[in-house]
Amino acid sequence: MTALMSLTNVSKNFGGLTVINDVSFDVPAGARMALIGPNGAGKTTIFNLISGVYEPSAGEIRMEGREISAIPSRNRIGLGIARSFQNIRLMPHLSVLENVMLGQQARAGSLTDMLSPLRRSKWRREAEDLLDQMGLDTFPGEVVATLPYGIRKKIEVVRALVAKPKILMLDEPAAGLNNTETANLKDFLMKIAASGVTLIVVEHDMSLVRSLCDHAVVLNFGEKIYDGPTAEVQNDPHVLEAYLGTRHAGKEATDVA
Amino acid sequence: MSGYWAGILTILAINIIFAYGIFLPVATGQLNLGGAGFQAIGAYGAAFLSASFALPVPVTIGVGMLVAGITGYLIAFPLLRTRGVYLVLATFAFAEVVAGLILNSDTFGGAMGLSVPAFIDWHVAVIAAAVVTVFVFYLMSTRFGLTMRAAHDDEVVTDLMGVNVRGVQVAGFAIGGALAGLAGGLYAHSFNFVEIQSFNALVSIYVLLYVLLGGTQTAWGPLAGATFFTLLPEALRTVLPALKSSIYWFAGVEGPVAAPDDSWRFVILGALTIAMMVLRPEGLITRTLVERISFRRSNTDKGALA
Repeated sequence: MTALMSLTNVSKNFGGLTVINDVSFDVPAGARMALIGPNGAGKTTIFNLISGVYEPSAGEIRMEGREISAIPSRNRIGLGIARSFQNIRLMPHLSVLENVMLGQQARAGSLTDMLSPLRRSKWRREAEDLLDQMGLDTFPGEVVATLPYGIRKKIEVVRALVAKPKILMLDEPAAGLNNTETANLKDFLMKIAASGVTLIVVEHDMSLVRSLCDHAVVLNFGEKIYDGPTAEVQNDPHVLEAYLGTRHAGKEATDVA
Repeated sequence: MSGYWAGILTILAINIIFAYGIFLPVATGQLNLGGAGFQAIGAYGAAFLSASFALPVPVTIGVGMLVAGITGYLIAFPLLRTRGVYLVLATFAFAEVVAGLILNSDTFGGAMGLSVPAFIDWHVAVIAAAVVTVFVFYLMSTRFGLTMRAAHDDEVVTDLMGVNVRGVQVAGFAIGGALAGLAGGLYAHSFNFVEIQSFNALVSIYVLLYVLLGGTQTAWGPLAGATFFTLLPEALRTVLPALKSSIYWFAGVEGPVAAPDDSWRFVILGALTIAMMVLRPEGLITRTLVERISFRRSNTDKGALA
Protein backbone atom coordinates (compact mmCIF):
# COMPACT_ATOMS: atom_id res chain seq x y z
CA MET A 1 0.00 0.00 0.00
CA THR A 2 1.22 3.49 -0.79
CA ALA A 3 1.05 6.33 1.68
CA LEU A 4 -1.95 8.56 1.08
CA MET A 5 -0.75 10.92 3.77
CA SER A 6 2.54 11.17 5.54
CA LEU A 7 3.76 13.19 8.49
CA THR A 8 7.51 13.75 8.60
CA ASN A 9 9.21 15.02 11.76
CA VAL A 10 6.20 17.09 12.72
CA SER A 11 6.46 19.20 15.87
CA LYS A 12 4.10 21.69 17.44
CA ASN A 13 4.96 24.12 20.24
CA PHE A 14 2.63 26.46 22.04
CA GLY A 15 5.06 28.97 23.47
CA GLY A 16 7.52 26.88 25.48
CA LEU A 17 5.21 23.86 25.61
CA THR A 18 5.95 21.10 23.11
CA VAL A 19 2.72 19.30 22.37
CA ILE A 20 3.91 17.26 19.40
CA ASN A 21 7.54 16.29 19.28
CA ASP A 22 9.10 15.01 16.07
CA VAL A 23 6.30 12.68 15.05
CA SER A 24 6.45 10.81 11.75
CA PHE A 25 4.03 8.25 10.37
CA ASP A 26 2.43 7.20 7.12
CA VAL A 27 -1.25 6.69 6.49
CA PRO A 28 -1.54 4.01 3.80
CA ALA A 29 -4.35 4.41 1.28
CA GLY A 30 -7.34 2.38 2.38
CA ALA A 31 -6.09 1.98 5.94
CA ARG A 32 -8.32 1.95 8.98
CA MET A 33 -5.89 3.58 11.34
CA ALA A 34 -6.26 4.21 15.05
CA LEU A 35 -4.51 7.12 16.70
CA ILE A 36 -4.43 6.33 20.37
CA GLY A 37 -2.74 7.46 23.55
CA PRO A 38 -3.53 8.75 27.03
CA ASN A 39 -5.30 12.07 27.56
CA GLY A 40 -3.10 14.97 26.52
CA ALA A 41 -0.92 12.80 24.28
CA GLY A 42 -1.52 15.10 21.32
CA LYS A 43 -4.03 13.08 19.26
CA THR A 44 -6.44 15.94 18.64
CA THR A 45 -3.50 18.26 18.00
CA ILE A 46 -2.42 15.93 15.16
CA PHE A 47 -5.94 16.25 13.70
CA ASN A 48 -5.77 20.02 14.07
CA LEU A 49 -2.40 20.09 12.31
CA ILE A 50 -3.66 17.95 9.44
CA SER A 51 -6.89 19.91 9.00
CA GLY A 52 -5.06 23.23 9.30
CA VAL A 53 -6.48 24.61 12.54
CA TYR A 54 -2.84 24.83 13.68
CA GLU A 55 0.33 25.23 11.66
CA PRO A 56 3.15 22.83 12.49
CA SER A 57 6.18 24.44 14.17
CA ALA A 58 8.43 22.07 12.23
CA GLY A 59 8.14 19.16 9.84
CA GLU A 60 6.04 18.35 6.82
CA ILE A 61 2.57 17.00 6.24
CA ARG A 62 2.03 15.54 2.78
CA MET A 63 -1.22 14.54 1.16
CA GLU A 64 -0.72 12.41 -1.96
CA GLY A 65 2.87 13.63 -2.05
CA ARG A 66 1.95 17.29 -1.81
CA GLU A 67 3.12 19.39 1.14
CA ILE A 68 -0.03 20.97 2.60
CA SER A 69 1.22 23.16 5.46
CA ALA A 70 0.95 26.31 3.31
CA ILE A 71 -2.55 25.48 2.05
CA PRO A 72 -5.26 27.46 3.88
CA SER A 73 -7.37 25.33 6.20
CA ARG A 74 -10.56 25.99 4.25
CA ASN A 75 -9.05 24.45 1.09
CA ARG A 76 -7.97 21.21 2.73
CA ILE A 77 -11.39 19.59 2.69
CA GLY A 78 -11.24 20.01 -1.10
CA LEU A 79 -8.04 17.96 -1.09
CA GLY A 80 -10.01 15.13 0.46
CA ILE A 81 -9.35 15.68 4.16
CA ALA A 82 -12.50 15.77 6.27
CA ARG A 83 -12.96 15.38 10.01
CA SER A 84 -15.31 15.24 12.94
CA PHE A 85 -14.72 16.82 16.32
CA GLN A 86 -14.25 15.52 19.83
CA ASN A 87 -16.98 17.74 21.25
CA ILE A 88 -19.70 17.77 18.62
CA ARG A 89 -19.28 20.92 16.57
CA LEU A 90 -22.47 20.95 14.55
CA MET A 91 -24.05 24.34 13.92
CA PRO A 92 -26.69 24.45 16.69
CA HIS A 93 -29.05 26.81 14.86
CA LEU A 94 -29.03 24.90 11.58
CA SER A 95 -31.22 21.92 10.81
CA VAL A 96 -29.81 18.43 10.31
CA LEU A 97 -30.14 18.80 6.56
CA GLU A 98 -28.47 22.23 6.53
CA ASN A 99 -25.56 20.93 8.58
CA VAL A 100 -25.06 18.13 6.08
CA MET A 101 -25.38 20.54 3.15
CA LEU A 102 -22.66 22.67 4.73
CA GLY A 103 -20.39 19.66 4.34
CA GLN A 104 -20.90 19.86 0.56
CA GLN A 105 -19.36 23.32 0.46
CA ALA A 106 -16.00 22.23 -0.95
CA ARG A 107 -17.84 20.75 -3.94
CA ALA A 108 -20.41 23.56 -4.24
CA GLY A 109 -18.39 26.76 -3.99
CA SER A 110 -19.13 28.18 -7.46
CA LEU A 111 -21.06 31.44 -7.69
CA THR A 112 -24.07 29.73 -9.27
CA ASP A 113 -24.14 27.16 -6.48
CA MET A 114 -23.77 29.86 -3.84
CA LEU A 115 -26.62 31.96 -5.22
CA SER A 116 -29.21 29.33 -6.12
CA PRO A 117 -31.86 28.49 -3.56
CA LEU A 118 -31.19 25.21 -1.76
CA ARG A 119 -34.78 24.08 -1.71
CA ARG A 120 -35.32 21.57 -4.55
CA SER A 121 -31.61 21.71 -5.48
CA LYS A 122 -29.57 18.62 -6.34
CA TRP A 123 -27.48 19.35 -3.24
CA ARG A 124 -30.51 19.08 -1.02
CA ARG A 125 -31.56 15.83 -2.67
CA GLU A 126 -28.06 14.40 -2.27
CA ALA A 127 -27.99 15.33 1.43
CA GLU A 128 -31.44 13.84 1.95
CA ASP A 129 -30.42 10.63 0.18
CA LEU A 130 -27.29 10.27 2.29
CA LEU A 131 -29.21 10.84 5.52
CA ASP A 132 -31.68 8.28 4.28
CA GLN A 133 -28.95 5.71 3.64
CA MET A 134 -27.49 6.30 7.07
CA GLY A 135 -30.85 5.81 8.73
CA LEU A 136 -31.06 9.43 9.86
CA ASP A 137 -33.99 10.47 7.69
CA THR A 138 -36.39 10.95 10.62
CA PHE A 139 -35.39 14.50 11.47
CA PRO A 140 -33.99 16.32 8.43
CA GLY A 141 -35.74 19.60 9.26
CA GLU A 142 -35.10 19.49 13.00
CA VAL A 143 -32.75 22.08 14.50
CA VAL A 144 -29.65 20.21 15.66
CA ALA A 145 -29.51 21.63 19.19
CA THR A 146 -32.68 19.72 20.15
CA LEU A 147 -31.47 16.25 19.08
CA PRO A 148 -29.99 13.51 21.29
CA TYR A 149 -26.24 13.15 21.61
CA GLY A 150 -25.80 9.86 19.74
CA ILE A 151 -27.68 11.16 16.71
CA ARG A 152 -25.73 14.41 16.61
CA LYS A 153 -22.53 12.38 16.74
CA LYS A 154 -23.61 10.41 13.66
CA ILE A 155 -24.74 13.54 11.81
CA GLU A 156 -21.28 14.95 12.27
CA VAL A 157 -19.80 11.91 10.54
CA VAL A 158 -22.33 12.28 7.71
CA ARG A 159 -21.42 15.95 7.36
CA ALA A 160 -17.77 14.99 6.90
CA LEU A 161 -18.69 12.12 4.58
CA VAL A 162 -20.77 14.25 2.23
CA ALA A 163 -17.59 16.12 1.28
CA LYS A 164 -16.54 12.83 -0.40
CA PRO A 165 -13.19 12.76 1.40
CA LYS A 166 -10.26 10.46 0.75
CA ILE A 167 -9.31 10.60 4.42
CA LEU A 168 -11.89 10.80 7.16
CA MET A 169 -10.57 11.75 10.59
CA LEU A 170 -12.91 10.89 13.45
CA ASP A 171 -12.22 12.26 16.92
CA GLU A 172 -13.66 9.86 19.51
CA PRO A 173 -16.68 8.77 17.50
CA ALA A 174 -17.79 6.27 20.16
CA ALA A 175 -17.47 8.57 23.18
CA GLY A 176 -20.75 8.62 25.07
CA LEU A 177 -22.33 5.81 23.09
CA ASN A 178 -23.65 2.60 24.67
CA ASN A 179 -22.63 -0.90 23.52
CA THR A 180 -25.38 -1.28 20.91
CA GLU A 181 -24.71 2.17 19.51
CA THR A 182 -20.98 1.42 19.40
CA ALA A 183 -21.63 -1.80 17.51
CA ASN A 184 -23.83 0.12 15.05
CA LEU A 185 -21.12 2.72 14.68
CA LYS A 186 -18.56 0.04 13.92
CA ASP A 187 -20.70 -1.38 11.10
CA PHE A 188 -21.33 2.15 9.87
CA LEU A 189 -17.59 2.93 9.78
CA MET A 190 -16.75 -0.43 8.17
CA LYS A 191 -19.22 0.42 5.41
CA ILE A 192 -17.52 3.78 4.91
CA ALA A 193 -14.09 2.13 4.82
CA ALA A 194 -15.35 -0.47 2.36
CA SER A 195 -16.36 2.35 0.00
CA GLY A 196 -12.67 3.25 -0.24
CA VAL A 197 -12.35 6.00 2.36
CA THR A 198 -9.23 5.91 4.51
CA LEU A 199 -10.03 6.27 8.20
CA ILE A 200 -8.00 7.78 11.02
CA VAL A 201 -9.79 7.29 14.30
CA VAL A 202 -8.92 8.73 17.68
CA GLU A 203 -10.63 6.44 20.15
CA HIS A 204 -10.42 5.31 23.76
CA ASP A 205 -12.69 2.30 23.33
CA MET A 206 -10.06 -0.39 22.82
CA SER A 207 -12.48 -3.09 21.75
CA LEU A 208 -13.76 -0.80 18.97
CA VAL A 209 -10.17 -0.02 17.99
CA ARG A 210 -9.31 -3.74 17.87
CA SER A 211 -12.33 -4.68 15.80
CA LEU A 212 -12.31 -1.67 13.48
CA CYS A 213 -8.69 -0.71 12.89
CA ASP A 214 -5.94 -2.64 11.15
CA HIS A 215 -3.20 -0.22 12.06
CA ALA A 216 -2.40 1.83 15.15
CA VAL A 217 -0.16 4.76 16.00
CA VAL A 218 0.28 5.37 19.71
CA LEU A 219 1.28 8.75 21.10
CA ASN A 220 2.44 9.62 24.58
CA PHE A 221 3.34 13.14 25.68
CA GLY A 222 3.50 14.22 22.05
CA GLU A 223 5.88 11.47 20.97
CA LYS A 224 5.20 8.41 18.87
CA ILE A 225 5.80 5.24 20.85
CA TYR A 226 4.22 2.64 18.59
CA ASP A 227 3.40 2.31 14.89
CA GLY A 228 2.19 -1.06 13.68
CA PRO A 229 -0.65 -3.57 13.49
CA THR A 230 -3.47 -3.10 15.98
CA ALA A 231 -3.33 -6.77 16.95
CA GLU A 232 0.02 -6.34 18.65
CA VAL A 233 -0.42 -2.93 20.20
CA GLN A 234 -1.47 -4.21 23.59
CA ASN A 235 1.56 -6.45 23.89
CA ASP A 236 4.04 -3.69 23.13
CA PRO A 237 6.11 -2.95 26.25
CA HIS A 238 6.25 0.84 25.61
CA VAL A 239 2.51 1.04 25.16
CA LEU A 240 1.89 -1.07 28.25
CA GLU A 241 4.13 1.14 30.29
CA ALA A 242 2.93 4.50 29.01
CA TYR A 243 -0.69 4.04 28.14
CA LEU A 244 -2.12 1.03 29.84
CA GLY A 245 0.15 0.97 32.86
CA THR A 246 -0.71 -2.59 33.87
CA ARG A 247 -2.79 -5.36 32.35
CA HIS A 248 -5.42 -4.69 34.97
CA ALA A 249 -5.65 -0.98 34.04
CA GLY A 250 -5.89 -1.97 30.40
CA LYS A 251 -8.88 -4.16 31.11
CA GLU A 252 -10.48 -1.34 33.04
CA ALA A 253 -9.99 1.07 30.15
CA THR A 254 -11.80 -1.39 27.90
CA ASP A 255 -14.62 -1.93 30.34
CA VAL A 256 -15.18 1.74 31.04
CA ALA A 257 -15.26 2.61 27.38
CA MET B 1 -54.60 58.04 2.97
CA SER B 2 -54.03 60.60 5.69
CA GLY B 3 -50.67 62.28 5.99
CA TYR B 4 -50.22 60.70 9.41
CA TRP B 5 -50.52 57.15 8.11
CA ALA B 6 -48.44 57.90 5.02
CA GLY B 7 -45.73 59.17 7.34
CA ILE B 8 -45.92 56.08 9.57
CA LEU B 9 -45.79 53.73 6.59
CA THR B 10 -42.79 55.57 5.14
CA ILE B 11 -40.91 55.36 8.42
CA LEU B 12 -41.88 51.71 8.81
CA ALA B 13 -40.66 50.87 5.29
CA ILE B 14 -37.37 52.73 5.84
CA ASN B 15 -36.85 51.06 9.21
CA ILE B 16 -37.44 47.60 7.72
CA ILE B 17 -34.86 48.19 4.98
CA PHE B 18 -32.47 49.68 7.54
CA ALA B 19 -32.98 46.68 9.85
CA TYR B 20 -32.17 44.27 7.01
CA GLY B 21 -29.00 46.28 6.38
CA ILE B 22 -27.89 45.57 9.95
CA PHE B 23 -29.28 42.02 9.94
CA LEU B 24 -26.93 40.82 7.19
CA PRO B 25 -23.68 41.42 9.13
CA VAL B 26 -25.37 40.30 12.37
CA ALA B 27 -26.48 37.07 10.67
CA THR B 28 -22.80 36.25 10.08
CA GLY B 29 -22.09 36.90 13.76
CA GLN B 30 -20.82 40.47 13.41
CA LEU B 31 -22.66 43.10 15.48
CA ASN B 32 -22.88 46.38 13.61
CA LEU B 33 -23.49 49.44 15.77
CA GLY B 34 -22.60 51.80 12.94
CA GLY B 35 -25.97 51.74 11.19
CA ALA B 36 -26.49 55.50 11.36
CA GLY B 37 -23.16 56.01 9.56
CA PHE B 38 -24.23 53.90 6.57
CA GLN B 39 -27.66 55.47 6.54
CA ALA B 40 -26.13 58.96 6.64
CA ILE B 41 -23.89 58.16 3.67
CA GLY B 42 -26.88 57.03 1.62
CA ALA B 43 -29.00 59.99 2.72
CA TYR B 44 -26.37 62.65 2.14
CA GLY B 45 -25.27 61.06 -1.13
CA ALA B 46 -28.83 61.21 -2.45
CA ALA B 47 -29.47 64.67 -0.98
CA PHE B 48 -26.28 66.13 -2.43
CA LEU B 49 -26.85 64.74 -5.94
CA SER B 50 -30.47 65.89 -5.90
CA ALA B 51 -29.73 69.37 -4.55
CA SER B 52 -26.58 70.16 -6.54
CA PHE B 53 -27.12 68.34 -9.84
CA ALA B 54 -30.89 67.80 -9.87
CA LEU B 55 -30.35 64.17 -10.86
CA PRO B 56 -33.42 61.92 -11.03
CA VAL B 57 -34.37 60.10 -7.82
CA PRO B 58 -33.43 56.54 -8.93
CA VAL B 59 -29.92 57.80 -9.72
CA THR B 60 -29.47 59.71 -6.47
CA ILE B 61 -30.70 56.84 -4.33
CA GLY B 62 -28.77 54.32 -6.43
CA VAL B 63 -25.50 56.21 -6.07
CA GLY B 64 -26.05 56.76 -2.35
CA MET B 65 -26.67 53.03 -1.96
CA LEU B 66 -23.57 52.16 -3.98
CA VAL B 67 -21.33 54.50 -1.99
CA ALA B 68 -22.64 53.08 1.30
CA GLY B 69 -22.10 49.54 0.00
CA ILE B 70 -18.53 50.26 -1.11
CA THR B 71 -17.87 51.92 2.25
CA GLY B 72 -19.18 48.79 3.96
CA TYR B 73 -16.91 46.64 1.81
CA LEU B 74 -13.83 48.76 2.50
CA ILE B 75 -14.25 49.19 6.24
CA ALA B 76 -15.08 45.50 6.69
CA PHE B 77 -11.40 44.59 6.26
CA PRO B 78 -10.04 46.63 9.19
CA LEU B 79 -13.26 46.11 11.20
CA LEU B 80 -13.19 42.32 10.99
CA ARG B 81 -9.73 42.26 12.55
CA THR B 82 -11.52 43.09 15.80
CA ARG B 83 -13.86 40.78 17.68
CA GLY B 84 -16.78 40.92 20.04
CA VAL B 85 -17.22 44.14 21.95
CA TYR B 86 -14.28 45.74 20.13
CA LEU B 87 -16.02 45.21 16.79
CA VAL B 88 -19.13 46.86 18.23
CA LEU B 89 -17.04 49.83 19.39
CA ALA B 90 -15.24 50.04 16.05
CA THR B 91 -18.49 50.14 14.06
CA PHE B 92 -19.81 52.72 16.52
CA ALA B 93 -16.68 54.80 15.99
CA PHE B 94 -17.17 54.52 12.22
CA ALA B 95 -20.62 56.12 12.50
CA GLU B 96 -19.18 58.91 14.67
CA VAL B 97 -16.45 59.56 12.09
CA VAL B 98 -19.04 59.80 9.29
CA ALA B 99 -21.14 62.21 11.39
CA GLY B 100 -18.07 64.29 12.22
CA LEU B 101 -16.97 64.53 8.59
CA ILE B 102 -20.42 65.62 7.41
CA LEU B 103 -20.78 68.10 10.28
CA ASN B 104 -17.52 69.78 9.27
CA SER B 105 -18.16 69.77 5.54
CA ASP B 106 -19.54 72.88 3.80
CA THR B 107 -20.44 70.79 0.74
CA PHE B 108 -22.89 68.78 2.82
CA GLY B 109 -24.28 71.81 4.63
CA GLY B 110 -22.52 71.15 7.94
CA ALA B 111 -24.84 71.61 10.93
CA MET B 112 -27.44 73.33 8.71
CA GLY B 113 -28.24 70.16 6.79
CA LEU B 114 -29.32 69.92 3.17
CA SER B 115 -32.76 70.31 1.71
CA VAL B 116 -33.72 67.79 -0.93
CA PRO B 117 -35.81 69.13 -3.82
CA ALA B 118 -37.13 65.84 -5.25
CA PHE B 119 -39.99 64.30 -3.26
CA ILE B 120 -41.10 60.66 -3.36
CA ASP B 121 -44.48 59.41 -2.27
CA TRP B 122 -44.88 56.93 0.60
CA HIS B 123 -45.55 54.02 -1.75
CA VAL B 124 -42.01 54.22 -3.20
CA ALA B 125 -40.54 53.41 0.19
CA VAL B 126 -43.12 50.67 0.77
CA ILE B 127 -42.37 49.02 -2.59
CA ALA B 128 -38.63 49.27 -1.91
CA ALA B 129 -39.16 47.62 1.50
CA ALA B 130 -41.13 44.80 -0.11
CA VAL B 131 -38.39 44.23 -2.71
CA VAL B 132 -35.66 44.27 -0.05
CA THR B 133 -37.62 41.84 2.12
CA VAL B 134 -38.01 39.40 -0.78
CA PHE B 135 -34.32 39.84 -1.64
CA VAL B 136 -33.16 39.04 1.91
CA PHE B 137 -35.49 36.04 2.14
CA TYR B 138 -34.07 34.80 -1.15
CA LEU B 139 -30.49 35.40 0.01
CA MET B 140 -31.08 33.45 3.21
CA SER B 141 -32.51 30.52 1.23
CA THR B 142 -29.34 30.10 -0.84
CA ARG B 143 -26.10 28.36 0.03
CA PHE B 144 -24.66 31.83 0.61
CA GLY B 145 -27.27 32.34 3.34
CA LEU B 146 -26.42 28.93 4.74
CA THR B 147 -22.74 29.85 4.99
CA MET B 148 -23.67 33.15 6.68
CA ARG B 149 -25.64 31.34 9.35
CA ALA B 150 -22.93 28.73 9.73
CA ALA B 151 -20.27 31.44 10.20
CA HIS B 152 -22.51 32.91 12.91
CA ASP B 153 -22.56 29.60 14.80
CA ASP B 154 -18.94 28.42 14.51
CA GLU B 155 -16.29 30.22 12.45
CA VAL B 156 -13.59 27.58 12.85
CA VAL B 157 -15.72 24.67 11.68
CA THR B 158 -17.31 26.73 8.89
CA ASP B 159 -13.79 27.46 7.64
CA LEU B 160 -12.86 23.77 7.80
CA MET B 161 -15.97 22.94 5.76
CA GLY B 162 -14.44 24.95 2.93
CA VAL B 163 -16.21 28.28 3.42
CA ASN B 164 -14.33 31.54 2.94
CA VAL B 165 -15.60 32.92 6.26
CA ARG B 166 -13.92 36.30 5.88
CA GLY B 167 -15.39 36.67 2.39
CA VAL B 168 -18.89 35.88 3.64
CA GLN B 169 -18.55 38.39 6.48
CA VAL B 170 -17.22 41.11 4.17
CA ALA B 171 -20.11 40.47 1.78
CA GLY B 172 -22.50 40.77 4.74
CA PHE B 173 -21.08 44.18 5.64
CA ALA B 174 -21.08 45.38 2.02
CA ILE B 175 -24.62 44.30 1.12
CA GLY B 176 -25.82 45.43 4.55
CA GLY B 177 -24.15 48.81 4.09
CA ALA B 178 -25.84 49.20 0.70
CA LEU B 179 -29.26 48.42 2.22
CA ALA B 180 -28.71 50.90 5.07
CA GLY B 181 -27.67 53.43 2.39
CA LEU B 182 -30.87 52.70 0.49
CA ALA B 183 -32.83 53.38 3.68
CA GLY B 184 -30.98 56.69 3.99
CA GLY B 185 -31.66 57.70 0.38
CA LEU B 186 -35.36 56.94 0.78
CA TYR B 187 -35.36 58.94 3.99
CA ALA B 188 -33.78 61.96 2.28
CA HIS B 189 -36.33 62.00 -0.54
CA SER B 190 -39.32 61.18 1.66
CA PHE B 191 -38.71 63.96 4.19
CA ASN B 192 -36.97 66.42 1.82
CA PHE B 193 -34.43 67.40 4.42
CA VAL B 194 -31.36 65.79 5.95
CA GLU B 195 -29.43 66.96 8.98
CA ILE B 196 -26.74 64.99 10.72
CA GLN B 197 -28.57 65.06 14.06
CA SER B 198 -31.12 62.62 12.66
CA PHE B 199 -28.31 60.04 12.13
CA ASN B 200 -27.12 59.96 15.73
CA ALA B 201 -25.93 57.12 17.95
CA LEU B 202 -29.46 56.44 19.20
CA VAL B 203 -30.49 55.55 15.63
CA SER B 204 -27.69 52.97 15.42
CA ILE B 205 -28.73 51.53 18.78
CA TYR B 206 -32.41 51.35 17.86
CA VAL B 207 -31.84 49.59 14.56
CA LEU B 208 -29.56 47.04 16.22
CA LEU B 209 -32.33 46.53 18.81
CA TYR B 210 -34.86 45.87 16.04
CA VAL B 211 -32.62 43.11 14.73
CA LEU B 212 -31.52 41.57 18.03
CA LEU B 213 -34.98 41.62 19.60
CA GLY B 214 -36.74 40.64 16.40
CA GLY B 215 -34.43 37.64 16.02
CA THR B 216 -31.22 37.10 14.09
CA GLN B 217 -31.79 33.51 12.97
CA THR B 218 -34.30 34.05 10.18
CA ALA B 219 -35.22 36.86 7.80
CA TRP B 220 -38.52 37.17 9.72
CA GLY B 221 -36.69 38.65 12.71
CA PRO B 222 -35.79 42.12 11.42
CA LEU B 223 -39.22 42.42 9.80
CA ALA B 224 -40.94 41.66 13.11
CA GLY B 225 -38.53 43.76 15.18
CA ALA B 226 -38.69 46.85 12.95
CA THR B 227 -42.48 46.64 12.67
CA PHE B 228 -43.00 46.12 16.39
CA PHE B 229 -40.69 48.92 17.52
CA THR B 230 -41.88 51.38 14.88
CA LEU B 231 -45.58 50.86 15.53
CA LEU B 232 -45.44 50.43 19.32
CA PRO B 233 -44.63 54.08 20.16
CA GLU B 234 -47.44 55.15 17.82
CA ALA B 235 -49.88 52.68 19.37
CA LEU B 236 -48.92 53.89 22.83
CA ARG B 237 -49.77 57.41 21.73
CA THR B 238 -53.46 56.44 21.75
CA VAL B 239 -53.37 53.57 24.24
CA LEU B 240 -51.67 55.48 27.07
CA PRO B 241 -54.30 58.24 27.56
CA ALA B 242 -57.01 55.57 27.49
CA LEU B 243 -55.07 53.52 30.03
CA LYS B 244 -54.61 56.53 32.31
CA SER B 245 -58.28 57.45 32.27
CA SER B 246 -59.33 53.88 32.99
CA ILE B 247 -56.92 53.73 35.94
CA TYR B 248 -58.38 57.00 37.22
CA TRP B 249 -61.86 55.60 36.70
CA PHE B 250 -60.97 52.52 38.76
CA ALA B 251 -59.48 54.72 41.45
CA GLY B 252 -62.71 56.70 41.47
CA VAL B 253 -61.18 60.00 40.38
CA GLU B 254 -63.83 62.21 38.86
CA GLY B 255 -63.52 64.73 36.07
CA PRO B 256 -61.49 65.12 32.92
CA VAL B 257 -58.07 63.45 32.87
CA ALA B 258 -55.02 65.15 31.33
CA ALA B 259 -53.06 63.05 28.81
CA PRO B 260 -49.98 61.42 30.37
CA ASP B 261 -46.57 62.92 29.69
CA ASP B 262 -45.05 61.84 26.37
CA SER B 263 -41.96 60.38 28.06
CA TRP B 264 -44.09 57.56 29.48
CA ARG B 265 -44.12 56.03 26.02
CA PHE B 266 -40.36 55.60 26.23
CA VAL B 267 -40.53 54.22 29.75
CA ILE B 268 -42.89 51.52 28.50
CA LEU B 269 -40.76 50.95 25.41
CA GLY B 270 -37.70 50.45 27.62
CA ALA B 271 -39.55 48.11 29.98
CA LEU B 272 -40.83 46.06 27.03
CA THR B 273 -37.33 45.85 25.59
CA ILE B 274 -36.03 44.39 28.85
CA ALA B 275 -39.02 42.04 29.10
CA MET B 276 -38.31 40.74 25.58
CA MET B 277 -34.65 40.19 26.42
CA VAL B 278 -35.69 38.14 29.45
CA LEU B 279 -38.51 36.20 27.81
CA ARG B 280 -37.10 35.76 24.27
CA PRO B 281 -33.32 36.03 24.61
CA GLU B 282 -32.80 34.68 21.09
CA GLY B 283 -35.25 37.21 19.63
CA LEU B 284 -38.97 37.35 19.07
CA ILE B 285 -38.90 35.13 15.97
CA THR B 286 -36.57 32.16 16.35
CA ARG B 287 -35.76 29.34 14.00
CA THR B 288 -37.71 26.85 16.10
CA LEU B 289 -40.76 29.12 16.17
CA VAL B 290 -40.83 29.38 12.35
CA GLU B 291 -40.25 25.63 12.15
CA ARG B 292 -43.11 24.90 14.53
CA ILE B 293 -45.56 27.17 12.71
CA SER B 294 -44.76 25.74 9.28
CA PHE B 295 -44.83 22.18 10.67
CA ARG B 296 -48.29 22.74 12.11
CA ARG B 297 -49.45 24.22 8.84
CA SER B 298 -48.15 21.29 6.76
CA ASN B 299 -49.85 18.91 9.18
CA THR B 300 -53.21 20.61 8.80
CA ASP B 301 -52.69 20.55 5.04
CA LYS B 302 -52.32 16.79 5.19
CA GLY B 303 -55.34 16.57 7.43
CA ALA B 304 -57.40 18.54 4.95
CA LEU B 305 -56.35 16.22 2.14
CA ALA B 306 -57.19 13.06 4.03
